[in-house]
Amino acid sequence: MVDEGDCWLKTAVEGGTLTVFAGGAWTVNAAGRLNEMAIGLRTDGVSAARLDLSDLTALDTAGAWILRRTVKTLNESGATTEVSGLDPAYTPLFDIVEEADEQPHEALHDEPHFILAMLERVGRAVFDALSEAKMLVNFFGLTIATLISALPRPRSLRPVALINQMEQTGLNAVPIVCLLNFLIGIVIAYQGAVQLRKFGAEIFTIDGLAFGIPREIAVLITAIVVAGRSGSAFTAQIGTMQVNQEVDALRTVGLNPIEVLVLPRINALLITLPMLVFLADIAGLMGGALMSVLALDLTVGQFMKRLEDVISLTHFLVGLVKAPVFAYIIAIVGCYEGLRVTGSAESVGKMTTKAVVESIVLVILADALFSILFSALGI
Amino acid sequence: MNAEGDSVIRIRGLRTQFGAQVIHDGLDLDVRRGEVLGVVGGSGTGKSVLLQTIIGLNSPRSGTIEVLGTDVHGSSEAERQILRTRLGVLFQDGALFSSLTVCENIQVPMREHLSMPQSLMDELAALKIAMVGLPANAGPKFPSELSGGMRKRAGLARALSVDPEIIFLDEPTAGLDPIGAAAFDRLIRELQTSLGLTVFMVTHDLDSLVAICDRIAVLVEKKIRVAPMAEHLEDPHPWIQEYFKGPRARAAQNARAQRLEAV
Repeated sequence: MVDEGDCWLKTAVEGGTLTVFAGGAWTVNAAGRLNEMAIGLRTDGVSAARLDLSDLTALDTAGAWILRRTVKTLNESGATTEVSGLDPAYTPLFDIVEEADEQPHEALHDEPHFILAMLERVGRAVFDALSEAKMLVNFFGLTIATLISALPRPRSLRPVALINQMEQTGLNAVPIVCLLNFLIGIVIAYQGAVQLRKFGAEIFTIDGLAFGIPREIAVLITAIVVAGRSGSAFTAQIGTMQVNQEVDALRTVGLNPIEVLVLPRINALLITLPMLVFLADIAGLMGGALMSVLALDLTVGQFMKRLEDVISLTHFLVGLVKAPVFAYIIAIVGCYEGLRVTGSAESVGKMTTKAVVESIVLVILADALFSILFSALGI
Repeated sequence: MNAEGDSVIRIRGLRTQFGAQVIHDGLDLDVRRGEVLGVVGGSGTGKSVLLQTIIGLNSPRSGTIEVLGTDVHGSSEAERQILRTRLGVLFQDGALFSSLTVCENIQVPMREHLSMPQSLMDELAALKIAMVGLPANAGPKFPSELSGGMRKRAGLARALSVDPEIIFLDEPTAGLDPIGAAAFDRLIRELQTSLGLTVFMVTHDLDSLVAICDRIAVLVEKKIRVAPMAEHLEDPHPWIQEYFKGPRARAAQNARAQRLEAV
């Protein structure tokens, strides 16, 4: 802690006149104590006051403020106060504090009532979500329109950028996607085996794998990994360009940022996500196979035989149909939030978080809608 | 108090180096109590590095730096902690904490180093806000809601929060329009005289140098040459000649001469 130094405030009353002696170091280091002493000053029955400052050894704005406030409260309580003994060296300091104090002051903290604040937050969140949804639909339309206008000019599809993005979002994601799906396959097979053993129906574990992995698990896990990996990268890359005004620079040289930045990313994900899902199917089933062999005492041949009996092309296609839809969601959310970055580096981080959360929520929402659709169609 | 009488910053034989690149070598500098010292130098001569080294953000390879009688790099952490409350720093773009309001930013040093009630902190924050010329409604605003000039003023208010004896300014007028820059110069000079501050200012703004600096420190050849403007004009070093006699410098000096004539 900082040394507070020596400081004091003494009073003497003489025939209705209060004399206040302030001395020592009146600085910010002792401000807490000075404040208490100044507030505790008794002014009952005093008609005049004198503030004697001749013993001050040091003074700064905090000390000067407390002295000025004391003079003000003395005056308000009806005691006409005069100040004496101020070292002329401190006059400019007093003047600047006085000048600053005379300026109009407003509340320093915005503190509305907490129920109001809560209502405001809820209302704001609802309106923000609605306008965000509207803008996303808007952006979806914009990308489709740009894609259609770009189709007749193959060069505007930017093959170099497209292949670069495919490498980053597809090829580089293969290890993690395969690993995660392999592990999930193990988990599902194990859980299935343990539960189904109670009914003596362990063999149906393989049915569960053949049904669940291609239809739901592989595509969902892959989409979530890609949203966290590539969706966030889209936002960060485009957001950083936005901060550097590169996006504005693109516009000024007559290039359409949607065409240059957004389309290659959407197209890359549209191509790579189904491929990743295909690999994820295989990895998931391999994980399931490993666990089935270990937990159910089957040979690999028996597992394959059973799998062949129960798996169907429909399950595989149902999963694969969803992949491009999820890809489109992840890509447009990532790019859209990137383009919405404004000014600061802080905003890049905020928008990246938002993009990941939003795209995962929308992917799961879309998956639920698919389930309803497929059940209505009886697939 | 300082043994050297009126010098509040004392640098002897400073050598800073990053890898093989030597920035300062055998640099000596004395900053006197109550003066405004402007530090200039070409890009890469280590102006900001010097500032960072003095306030202890950077360790020198050799040499000593004493600020207000405390050895910045040789003393204990407790001593340095006390020293820090006697220094204020204004970074280039204010470096305000973005998650706090202007008022809370100003109160951070008070809250950390001193014990005082919230009501007094609020009164003092309101005072500092008025002192640096921010509008009265700036207190509850967040840094992102302020313009560049206002952010600098808020940064200055935070630097002045616990009444430091020395303030360090890193390019205080960079990024401000000429009117805003001139107003900021005036503000610094006003506060410096009223509060008795010592100001260490890294700047490229020739107008500021001419208008408010008592002495100018020029970083050349890894060392520093300190003198008033008039003496630098006599210095034969080619960089100094070009810096102070270039067209922009002449314009700044003419402007000052005209102001003086008008008075």
